[in-house]
Amino acid sequence: MTAISTSEGNGAGTQAVPLELGDAILELLNGFIIELRAAGLPVSLTENLDALEAVKHVPIGDRESFKYALGATLVKHYNHWKAFETVFEVYFSLRGKEYVIAEDDEFGDLDDDELDGDQLGDQQGGGGAGENLSPEELAEMLFQSLMRGDAQMMKGVARQAVRRFAGMEPGRPVGGTYYLYRTLRNLDLDGVLERLLQQAQETQGEFSEFDQRLWRDEYQQRIDQLQKEIEAEIRRRLVADRGVEAMAKTLRKPLPEDVDFMHASREEMANLRKAIYPLTRKLAARLQRKRRHGRRGPLDFRRTVRASLSYGGVPVEPKFRNPNPHKPEIFVVADISGSVAAFARFTLHLVYAISGQFSKVRSFVFIDGLDEVTSYFEGVEDINEAVHRVNTEADVVWVDGHSDYGHAFGVFWQKYGKDIGPRTSIMILGDARNNYHAAESWIVKEMQDKARHVYWLNPEPRSYWDTGDSIVGEYSQHCDGAFEVRNLRQLEGFVENLV
Amino acid sequence: MSFRFKDVASLKDGLQRVDYLSDEGIAGVVYLADRLQKPVLVEGPAGTGKTQLAKSVSEVLGTRLIRLQCYEGLDEAKALYEWNYKKQLLRIQSDGSEGHDWDGLSDDIFSDEFLLTRPLLEAISATDPVVLLIDEVDRVEVETEALLLEILSDYQVSIPELGTIEASQIPLVFLTSNNTRELSEALKRRCLYLHVDYPDLEREKEIVLTKVPEITENLADQVARVVRSIRQIELKKAPSVSETIDWARTLVLLGVEKIEEQTASDTLNILLKYQSDIKKVAKELVTADGVSV
Repeated sequence: MTAISTSEGNGAGTQAVPLELGDAILELLNGFIIELRAAGLPVSLTENLDALEAVKHVPIGDRESFKYALGATLVKHYNHWKAFETVFEVYFSLRGKEYVIAEDDEFGDLDDDELDGDQLGDQQGGGGAGENLSPEELAEMLFQSLMRGDAQMMKGVARQAVRRFAGMEPGRPVGGTYYLYRTLRNLDLDGVLERLLQQAQETQGEFSEFDQRLWRDEYQQRIDQLQKEIEAEIRRRLVADRGVEAMAKTLRKPLPEDVDFMHASREEMANLRKAIYPLTRKLAARLQRKRRHGRRGPLDFRRTVRASLSYGGVPVEPKFRNPNPHKPEIFVVADISGSVAAFARFTLHLVYAISGQFSKVRSFVFIDGLDEVTSYFEGVEDINEAVHRVNTEADVVWVDGHSDYGHAFGVFWQKYGKDIGPRTSIMILGDARNNYHAAESWIVKEMQDKARHVYWLNPEPRSYWDTGDSIVGEYSQHCDGAFEVRNLRQLEGFVENLV
Repeated sequence: MSFRFKDVASLKDGLQRVDYLSDEGIAGVVYLADRLQKPVLVEGPAGTGKTQLAKSVSEVLGTRLIRLQCYEGLDEAKALYEWNYKKQLLRIQSDGSEGHDWDGLSDDIFSDEFLLTRPLLEAISATDPVVLLIDEVDRVEVETEALLLEILSDYQVSIPELGTIEASQIPLVFLTSNNTRELSEALKRRCLYLHVDYPDLEREKEIVLTKVPEITENLADQVARVVRSIRQIELKKAPSVSETIDWARTLVLLGVEKIEEQTASDTLNILLKYQSDIKKVAKELVTADGVSV
């Protein structure tokens, strides 16, 4: 093998690859990578070339190998894998002669109904052709396929179900989720799950709750599998109808680090939580480094003289005292009112993660009253429990449970103001929507005078700031910085800037 | 240029012979690493066999495994090379009387003889094909990562006093990370990326059967199922593969033939390491109807 020109700045792009790969495939890969970049994945030129090199080493007919070759070279974050998979499915599920990637691809031609019907018919023991299946027969087939966990059969059922129930029409401008919903509604998968469990119970005889749980998981897994098949089928048909680029565009979803805290789904939230931990470690590492690389302390006279003795009394080597490393002290003051509820949940997780990294973290939550919740997070193993306690036990409501920053800050200043010292960094998290109450921004100013830093993190887009009842501008003039933190990427940016 | 592996299938078989059950993805990426001469960055939850992969590959190849365990505070002197200061000193002192000229002496004391090789340099300068394992690379600071870059992309080490030492053979390099922190882009760009997750049901069962030969197939199947169900619950630390194996061993020792509720909850402490997790799982596993995904 000759040296491959993987050096950066070669700039040759796809030209650097010998034309063993067909032009069509090169072009397809190029489009694929462009789409990955459009979806937000950072694919560098080096990685691009690596990918082109890698696919030469895998049997091109093997879809899975092909996928792993591309994945290993192009996707370097686990969080991005899902996005990669989606784009891959869109780009390489096509038929069409010039795009033949996988000959053994199970996807036959769309119109090849007889074949599907026969396959399914055979497995069922002599049913009619696919077109003539009654809904009952299809349901029975679905049940059987799930019962046996027969992947091939599930594929067939998925295809039939989409054809029958999704009601897809060419050129209709609706998304895949609409078709998915229509298909699933007709299949009644929950009912099927119950039936499966019953069936299992009958055949197995005795059935403890524990067994039941295991079987439920097993069948749920199979049903998820089926659902994936259905999604894939719908996607495939949509791609055939609309073309690759358009389809890839509609399927594009924000990467985990770009997901808005305020509008995150449950699943996205779970991913975010996992991502917080590395981030706080980074934060801790940065602060640590600053402490370690800090300036040296004042001259240590005694040690200097002692050291000078080995040079005959000449103080060649001045000795310094070790600097007193300051331990960062962090106060987190978080709004947990309804308007920022989603963000607040995230905030609490962040607080929990931070308190694991720093020795002195105190956390406060407020709505119109304010309460310290540091103790809830101490020595707690289950964060959800702590969050639950914060939401139920903390005394944060003063009058009506609508945000009142002014009053909350007043309580904070009165009760805890004396604890703020020159080593304290205060992080205030909230949207500063004050319901037209008094701002009392002088308190923030006082805080700034006493504390080392005061930062304001706002989960709202910057363009919304100071509109309506938002008075973040009034507060932030007394802060060392106000940051828009709507997603993980921005939070990371804040951490990087912080130290 | 000869390659280590003929094809993916043979690599997979080889790994299986040394009791490492890979899947298409794992074997495929290792195979590519050999073909493209690139390091592999293996990431994934703790206890999914990342380190074992490197060990097994070296076993398959019948080559030496050079291991660099990373930790906070790892530096050049421990990762790359160090001058043997004491020996240099001895050399200077023993020479003092003979009146060598300075140039000769300094050339002499900065030569191979006085160089202490550390894992990275050792892997580069080895003449036999080796497998280099850089374990838990996420533990070093971001700045220390830079130490690795030269070796990973060019397979060479530059020593100011000696010049550049180039590899006489390209080692197969594995880096593992538990993802406690984001690795730098520069490092990632130089590697192939492999994410090793918990195995699926079938593979986990196979692993249990391989590692605990005395277990019955039926029990292995149950073990895998229970573990899968447990992993679906949100826990502080989900059971890893090695814990699954430990659990299977325990069950065999206890003479269990079929896992019942009671045996499961009695032995949970082998699968789970946090009291809160154990409590949670014990509660959830027995109330089947309470949970629907």
